[in-house]
Amino acid sequence: MTLFTPVAASLALLLALSMIGVAAARSAGALVYLGSAVGTAVLLISGAIALLGGGEPLSAALPLGVPWIGARFRIDALAAIFLVIVNLGGLAACIFGVGYGSHESAPARVVPFFPAFLAGMNMVVLADDAFTFLLSWEFMSLTSWALVMAHHKEPGNARAGYIYIVMATFGTFALLLAFGLLAGRDGLYAFDAMRAAQESPRLAALVLALTVLGTGSKAGLVPLHVWLPLAHPAAPSHVSALMSGVMTKVAVYGFVRIAFDLLGPMHWSWSIIPLVLGAVTAVLGLLYAILESDLKRLLAYSTVENVGVIFIGLGLALAFKANGMPAAAALAMTAALLHALNHAAFKSLLFLGAGAVLSATGERDLGKLGGLIHRMPYTSAAFLVGAAAISALPPLNGFVSEWLLFQAIIVSPELPQWGMKFLVPAIGAMLALSAALAAACFVRAFGITFLGRSRSNAAAEAREVDRFSVGAMAGLAALCVLIGIFPGIVIDALGPTIRLLAGGQLPTQSEVPWLSIVPLTASRSSYNGLLVLLFMAISGLLAAYAVHTFASRAVRRAPPWDCGTPVPDPITQYTAGSFAQPLRRVFGPLLFHARETVDMPLPGDTRPARLTVSVRDLVWELLYQPVVDAVLLAADRLNHLQFLTIRRYLTLVFAALILLLIVVAVWQ
Amino acid sequence: MILDTLVQGMQMMLVLALAPLLTGLIRKVKARLLRRQGPSLIQPYRDLLRLIRKEAVIAENASWLFRAAPYAIFAAIWVAAALVPTFAAGLQFSWSADLIAIVALLGSARFFLALAGLDVGTGFGGIGSSREMMIASLAEPAMIIVVFTLSLLAGSTQLSSIAGFMQSADVGLRVSLGLALISLLMVAIAENARVPIDNPATHLELTMVHEAMVLEYSGRHLAMIELAASLKLLLYVSLIACIFVPWGMAGTGHGGPAAYAVGLATWLGKLALAGFLLALFETAIAKMRVFRVPEFLGAALMLGLLALLLRFVSRSM
Repeated sequence: MTLFTPVAASLALLLALSMIGVAAARSAGALVYLGSAVGTAVLLISGAIALLGGGEPLSAALPLGVPWIGARFRIDALAAIFLVIVNLGGLAACIFGVGYGSHESAPARVVPFFPAFLAGMNMVVLADDAFTFLLSWEFMSLTSWALVMAHHKEPGNARAGYIYIVMATFGTFALLLAFGLLAGRDGLYAFDAMRAAQESPRLAALVLALTVLGTGSKAGLVPLHVWLPLAHPAAPSHVSALMSGVMTKVAVYGFVRIAFDLLGPMHWSWSIIPLVLGAVTAVLGLLYAILESDLKRLLAYSTVENVGVIFIGLGLALAFKANGMPAAAALAMTAALLHALNHAAFKSLLFLGAGAVLSATGERDLGKLGGLIHRMPYTSAAFLVGAAAISALPPLNGFVSEWLLFQAIIVSPELPQWGMKFLVPAIGAMLALSAALAAACFVRAFGITFLGRSRSNAAAEAREVDRFSVGAMAGLAALCVLIGIFPGIVIDALGPTIRLLAGGQLPTQSEVPWLSIVPLTASRSSYNGLLVLLFMAISGLLAAYAVHTFASRAVRRAPPWDCGTPVPDPITQYTAGSFAQPLRRVFGPLLFHARETVDMPLPGDTRPARLTVSVRDLVWELLYQPVVDAVLLAADRLNHLQFLTIRRYLTLVFAALILLLIVVAVWQ
Repeated sequence: MILDTLVQGMQMMLVLALAPLLTGLIRKVKARLLRRQGPSLIQPYRDLLRLIRKEAVIAENASWLFRAAPYAIFAAIWVAAALVPTFAAGLQFSWSADLIAIVALLGSARFFLALAGLDVGTGFGGIGSSREMMIASLAEPAMIIVVFTLSLLAGSTQLSSIAGFMQSADVGLRVSLGLALISLLMVAIAENARVPIDNPATHLELTMVHEAMVLEYSGRHLAMIELAASLKLLLYVSLIACIFVPWGMAGTGHGGPAAYAVGLATWLGKLALAGFLLALFETAIAKMRVFRVPEFLGAALMLGLLALLLRFVSRSM
């Protein structure tokens, strides 16, 4: 029995569950989620087995699809690691869904598409020819679109779905062209043939550009990110977790598959595109997130940032690989893939936490939350772990991948090109800026949501969510801690993938004493998350014990001090907007045209004073609005073509025919 | 092995024991410069003792996070301070966290301090947290750029290796090192909430940053936070000393009672000198408005970037 039997069986299970969902969404919801959990668990284990088995490629072909292409599937080391990432997030979302599903107002719009969406993402990862890949990609896009539109009557969701489907179509179109170029004149659509083919440098550059467009639009690279913060929050929360935590990783997979596997050797200068786009994405994504006051949209913008971080790693790996530095390329690639895994863990966790808050309070506006740490202790603890992990704080997992990325940046002076010697440290500075902004963003997100006093009755009366939801969050939180303190095990497991993609590998981490990680050599740098955690735990507990034993343990509860003027009204607290105000004043005027106007009434006037803040999304205004305007204008102008007589239509057809014949004649 | 552990443990206890003394020294020098008598050198120890013996008054709606945060902050900063070489480089656990990890550990402490500021839900706590995160989001990149510059020169992010490199003869005077030093000093002033960014002695509410966050704390919790702040100051002084004036410090693999004694004596001298200079600087300058801080830190960031780009230019100028 090869590994394909359980994989195919679980994919069939997911599709069958989708059918069950169509038939009985309301009564069989929990069954569908539990069944999907089984399916993703099997896929997760299969991926892990393939990875630990050294990543020897396994192929299978099915007599489906286009006759002369067929449908090919393949599990190699790259597919295996992404199987693990996809199904890790998928499993957590399924378990969360069991509890969350009972709150769903329109289960018939969610339950059938959920397992189909999972199956689609897995099929993208498994596909081994362009046709199957694109078909699965579109299947994934359409099922997720249906899930985004589940609550289409809520304001804004219909627009979100519309923009999403336009951007998804655009992305697939770019990928279609990329694969068309890769297949060449003979139409060799199997990935094996593409691997063997040698593209001319100019063609390969075009393919890479199209791939950045196609996968970047799905992953949310600036400026292709506009749909993401609209569509991800519009879906039900466990689907948001899947879209943000997992589907963006499938897009990263698409980029890695084409750029590192299918395309031949690269020129170093192409790495500038992912590097620069990644850095811009990382910083802008977080600045958007800091200004956002909707919890789920804030998380979606933070996904944009993390995709940027992953693309910085991939760009570095491209640069090192093109210059024949396999060890450094392996380091950058490890950082990128580890960050993809980490982000799948903590972003799924944070979206599930936002979902728990949403189902407990009905609110996702930060201005109406607060004080939930008293009402929802488990959710708040799990969210705190996720927030600390995504802020790259040691000893959690987010820090490990950012640390590896910094180490890769420090190798950059060994690059022979002067441009890269200067560019990469500047990229590193932007990465550092985004890491620091992430901490500010998540202090704000956690602090305003869970700490302080409740800003609405709904928040004051919130109840902790059910056991399944808490279990899913706790599992992901535990994973964040475990990867943070035992990163060496994960890095070793990534080994086969890294060898396949980068041509080099990191030192075997299990041979390093004390479970430290050593990216290049021990004298250069090392980090030990376990020891850092142990030191912190021991010194913190010792200090607490000593103070409590030898000094005082008396506690008195009293009203807040607040410099002697405590006001009981929660309105006197800092809000999401006031917390972001200093950062808005620093970064806003340049990047968002942020303006503040104070309308202060004259003395004697009794109307209230007003502070108005305007923030503009320049990416949308400068890039998308002109396109929208042009399309509307063209539609308006061409409208009269609908009302011609039959003679004119015949003339038009004839003219078109002549024109095409001329084109063909000139072409030949 | 056991001896190595003992030396590492000694360093950990040493930084803890000396941190309040450095704070006391700075206060004393500042007072003398203002022609005041000033409190005694050991006043910070007395304050800490008094605070931990008192009962802690906690706001009615404070959560577990509020009570746990002081210990978490103290632990993170203490561990970070113990990993910075003081009298000797290459101690037993010095490899468990490099300079980037030490910066990130301080980030962890700040994360919990800012959350604690928001926990009770008062206006002042919010002011402090939001300003602290704004300052940090500019200071941390500047710090990381300085780290980049140093590690690109030394070929390592391990503090012991960087110190070893700086002790070696072939460093020479470099423009980029000078710029990195200025940038690091500016970051250190901002990170430790010193004048002109923040005033550790202020009680004028609207100008407070660090003090505003800890306004609700009292008793032993306040003591932990004060001690952590002293430790952080000591950490930054040791960090700057071990990178830019590493002379006298016992090098990696050159340990021994005599070398440790020399290292200890020079380190104490460096601490005293740094404390005196900081007091002098603080007395000579006025605190700036909060929204001038981004310009100050932006300058630090730019100097760091310049240092990074100029590292190729001057080798032996």
